[in-house]
Amino acid sequence: MNLNEFQAKELFSKFGLPVPNGKVAWSTEEALGIAKSFPEPKVVIKAQVLTGGRGKAGGVKLANSLEEVEKISSEILGMKIKEFTVKKVLVEEQMSIEKEMYLSFIQDRDNRGYRMIFSEEGGVEIEELARTQPDKVMMVQIEPFPGLVPFQLREVLSKLSPENKKHARGIYQMMNKLYKLFIEKDATLTEINPLIITSDGKCIACDGKISIDNSALYRNKDVIEYRLPEDENPLEREAREKQLNYVKLDGGNIGCLVNGAGLAMTTMDVIKHFGGEPANFLDLGGGAKAEHVKNALKIIVDDDDVNTIFINIFGGIVRCDLVAEGILNAKKELDIKKEMVIRLLGTNDKIAYEMLEKENISVFTAMTAAAKEAVKLSKQQGV
Amino acid sequence: MSIIINSSSRIAVQGAAGVEGQFHMSEMIKYGTKIVAGIDPAFQTDKVGDLDVPAYTTLKKAVEEHNADTSLIFVPAPFAYDAIMEALYCGIKKIIVITEGIPVNDMMKIKQYTKGSDVVIVGPNCPGLITPGECKAGILPGHIFKKGSIGVISRSGTLTYEIVQHLTEAGLGQSTCVGIGGDPVQGSTFVDILKQFNADDDTKAVVMLGEIGGVEEEKAADYIRDHFTKPVAAFIAGKSAPPGKTMGHAGAIISAGKGTAEAKISALKEAGVAVAVIPDDIADLIKSELNK
Repeated sequence: MNLNEFQAKELFSKFGLPVPNGKVAWSTEEALGIAKSFPEPKVVIKAQVLTGGRGKAGGVKLANSLEEVEKISSEILGMKIKEFTVKKVLVEEQMSIEKEMYLSFIQDRDNRGYRMIFSEEGGVEIEELARTQPDKVMMVQIEPFPGLVPFQLREVLSKLSPENKKHARGIYQMMNKLYKLFIEKDATLTEINPLIITSDGKCIACDGKISIDNSALYRNKDVIEYRLPEDENPLEREAREKQLNYVKLDGGNIGCLVNGAGLAMTTMDVIKHFGGEPANFLDLGGGAKAEHVKNALKIIVDDDDVNTIFINIFGGIVRCDLVAEGILNAKKELDIKKEMVIRLLGTNDKIAYEMLEKENISVFTAMTAAAKEAVKLSKQQGV
Repeated sequence: MSIIINSSSRIAVQGAAGVEGQFHMSEMIKYGTKIVAGIDPAFQTDKVGDLDVPAYTTLKKAVEEHNADTSLIFVPAPFAYDAIMEALYCGIKKIIVITEGIPVNDMMKIKQYTKGSDVVIVGPNCPGLITPGECKAGILPGHIFKKGSIGVISRSGTLTYEIVQHLTEAGLGQSTCVGIGGDPVQGSTFVDILKQFNADDDTKAVVMLGEIGGVEEEKAADYIRDHFTKPVAAFIAGKSAPPGKTMGHAGAIISAGKGTAEAKISALKEAGVAVAVIPDDIADLIKSELNK
């Protein structure tokens, strides 16, 4: 689960990491109120959406007077950044930035541990820097036991360039606190970019990103509160609430309903291979029952991009007769007008075939043949 | 021979009080698997449900009384770390974790704890494994498997069934099929299982089913090129998946273009692996590799 910048900064504050004075505003009036609460109305207004490239899209701007705050916040609120509409902005006091650095902790699955990444040169070009001048991006390998050990930080800080030596203590504290947050909140990523040094020598987290391990949300209940309706695609939200694993894809017209993530991806690959375009990834999960199948079908039916529905089920643990029951219930209740291609194979498939044939619904047994049919139907309607 | 489990495996099931655990226990027993005990802190009876399997509240007792040598874990995710540690402290050397949704941090700790030991953990978030005709430890549908000489390693359950169906129909039986699971941190990796198949005389060829994310397929390609002596065919799922909606720069800095379907396919091909374009190709690829 990804957090908005203002939410990340709230967590930073809780863990003692300094952040600029600021607050989130949902309207121009609120933005003005926040700006007025500062000694001077010199602020930065930042769109709060769960996507990168906000600055380039014009979602981050400086305002130097109340008039500008009003004008700029009203411009940014309602703006579209990628697929998101901006519903809220962060209004913060402007910082006098002397230096921008980079600091992050990330779960490193390939090394079964964590990594700290630190650079004296932060900002949006950090990936480029890592590619072209890797020696300027320092990495520290951290093992789950004993975790981050202070000497590891001392080693990194000993490499600070001479002009930055005086900030070593401040940076050291930032590292320790960010690591504490990273571990305690089961984060997959905590990132401060830029970590700024102000002209009066303070270290401040000027922008931040946090992602939390979805599997660990049960023990981070405070984080679940950060889930806001506008940050999710409505169909994806419905799917999550119904415990379905669903990702909407741009530009496709074949809605896929599959059991198991690997087979769901394979189904998309096979559709593409035969010249079709999948509209989504949808994994029913392991123990799909009739109700579950119906819920999943509803999400695909509600997607206006979909003209053909492709159901691909390999009944191992999932029983094909229950899937057929779900399909028949959905047909009755949802008034499905879209073309449907069904492939069922495995446990209780014969019973399922009988149930569907009674309703004049044909069923495929092989995935490839079914995928070809779905592609054909999707194209006929596309014309 | 086979790998990890066989007809003499003595399995204890942790998390045996739940409906799901008991359904799968009865399926495994029907398949001929020796389930020696069911463990659940909630047990108040001597038997597991309607099954003729002794019930215990701790694993220690089951190991002492019934010489369990393998543990199969159905425990819900919040308690899975505890269950795996319990198995490790009891000296169990083969631990199969079906549970889905275990926090990454918990698995990282387990991996570090078992580093360098001879313990084999399979999973989590996996269908388990099966040595056809001998032993089924997990939730795989037994009837689609057939005894034979193809080893199967897979990150995905239903994709395994799909491919095994093709193999069985083509007359290609399996020595052991191992679902290593789809989580970021796996108990056993492709390389771990490939090493076991390399040493298993009854395995003549291997089918590897990978997917996007991580670099375990790439590591497997290196191992196959340098050490593996048997033919391998592979399929990688996720060619059409859009690049992940990742946030921040740290992921991009450390992954640096690795982990895509293209990177995996080309690494495997360079290592001499026959890579299938669609699942239907796998059986033919294995046949032609075996006839080389």
